[in-house]
Amino acid sequence: MSSDGTPASRDILTVQGVSVRLSGRTILDRVSFQIAPGEFTGLIGSNGAGKTTLFRVILGLQATSTGRVLFGGPAHPREHARRHRQIGYVPQKFLFDPDVPLRARDLVGLGIDAHRLGVPRPARARRALVEEMLHAVDATRFADTRVGKLSGGEQQRILIAHALIARPRLLLLDEPLANLDLGSAHEVVALLARIAREQEIAVLISAHEINPLLPVMDRIVYLAAGRAVSGSTEEVVRADVLSELYGHHVDVLHVHGRVLIVAGAGEDTDLAGHEGVFPGAGGAGVLS
Amino acid sequence: MSHFLSPIFASGFFESEAVHIALAVGALVAVVTGVVGVFTVMRGQSFAGEAFGDLGTAGGSGGYLISVGPLWGFVLGNVISAGAMEAIGVQRARGRDLATGIVLGAGIGLAALFLHLYTTEHSTTGATVTILFGSVFAISSTTIPLILLLSAIVLAIMLTIYRPLLLSSVNAELASARGIPVRLIGVLYLLALALAAALAAITIGTILSTALIVGPAASALRLTRRPLTALLTAAGIGIGALWLGIVLAYDSFHWPPHGTIWPVSFFVVTLVFITYLLSGLPEARRRRRADRNPSASPLAQPATPS
Repeated sequence: MSSDGTPASRDILTVQGVSVRLSGRTILDRVSFQIAPGEFTGLIGSNGAGKTTLFRVILGLQATSTGRVLFGGPAHPREHARRHRQIGYVPQKFLFDPDVPLRARDLVGLGIDAHRLGVPRPARARRALVEEMLHAVDATRFADTRVGKLSGGEQQRILIAHALIARPRLLLLDEPLANLDLGSAHEVVALLARIAREQEIAVLISAHEINPLLPVMDRIVYLAAGRAVSGSTEEVVRADVLSELYGHHVDVLHVHGRVLIVAGAGEDTDLAGHEGVFPGAGGAGVLS
Repeated sequence: MSHFLSPIFASGFFESEAVHIALAVGALVAVVTGVVGVFTVMRGQSFAGEAFGDLGTAGGSGGYLISVGPLWGFVLGNVISAGAMEAIGVQRARGRDLATGIVLGAGIGLAALFLHLYTTEHSTTGATVTILFGSVFAISSTTIPLILLLSAIVLAIMLTIYRPLLLSSVNAELASARGIPVRLIGVLYLLALALAAALAAITIGTILSTALIVGPAASALRLTRRPLTALLTAAGIGIGALWLGIVLAYDSFHWPPHGTIWPVSFFVVTLVFITYLLSGLPEARRRRRADRNPSASPLAQPATPS
């Protein structure tokens, strides 16, 4: 990464001064950050901060008002076509219809070749690849069950396998931990961290709650009201940095290994990490 | 042989050319509607199938009126309707009820006019019955090349876009992130559905055409977990219903009131309905067994609602 915003060749994704304005509202305001190969990045922000819009920009599904997104270094004439093959995407939580005639392994298989025409021919190599992916996300047990009959956490793992089987260099996950119980959330985070490490795949994961990601994040992109700061957790999760981002004073408290971000008195802002905030956090240390 | 089967197949069944054509067209149409129908159900687009039924009525009666035959009328009516539906955004969730309602109203109004003009001119109501309820025994052999061509077009579209269509039908967001042109795939699919509805209309009539598209497919989705198997199962159920319906209709000549046959479409739709009821049994039995012995199937837990 280089601080002046020019893409260094080793970065896999460079978001450069991206702004998105939709019908007069500014959704993203000059957002810039870089991601290196194999890096685990958390995109932290409350609901409405612009996380999904940012993902759509990276996927090439949302045009920017200003700025650009560079993938894997310098611009390429067939940037758009390349992008779809190099980015895996796990959309914001949805549940499959129980009637859909698709086993978990069928959905994973579609990750290989859904964009191709014609009917897939049964091939041993294809089956082996699907099997390997199911194993990687620990989903062999329910591989032959209809996706719609799996639990939320199981569907999540199948979607991750679906995204990973195309061997992307970057994996985007939109709020994968929302609606998961704490145990499943930790499992998914551990799984993603392992995949990022083993397969050298960069992971960009959005969340409104910072704590489940703290142990594994190499980098944090903190989004508030369309503006972003990025860096290591130590660089970003500080009262002065976040106060400037939010435009008013916030405190960052460390309690039992968890981070609590608390609005100053009289402020009424939806903050990331708010789930852990309780009024009497008095004795806790304040980092800054 | 014919003695032995005579209680099932009334005399003359295997000799009649009308029966041969009916069986062949029936099987072909069942395959086409089965393959298309599975996606209709998955995409929740049975309303579009219903719309083609109603709009096909206008097209078919218009075809009668200008003497080009009902099938050309169904095809033109449905393809124009598909264009209209796409233009006003029927495939997108917002406002599709409204758009469908407006287009349907106009279609049925036209059908009323065309059928009125035709019946006044020819002093017969035969066209009305043929269009609304089909007459698979009255398909002329000159129509067969067109039926073959339409079936080939629909099957070619479906096999070509199979994979992108499957993923976009499961989840459009997942598909567009993969670079699949979801809208284009949707338009091609709507065209295939329009043609399939025209083929269903020629066999069992416009009013019941949706039943043939959606019914076997809905049963197939209950019986199988795999997409390709679902297509084959739906086609098989359709063939079974159409063939058995044709046999029963032929036999009904000897049923009261003697001397006329009962409508084929009645039998077909009834068989499709019975199959749908029966297709729920395996799942119900599984659930009963799981209730009795929950530890036996740890994977049978339902998805947690979000």
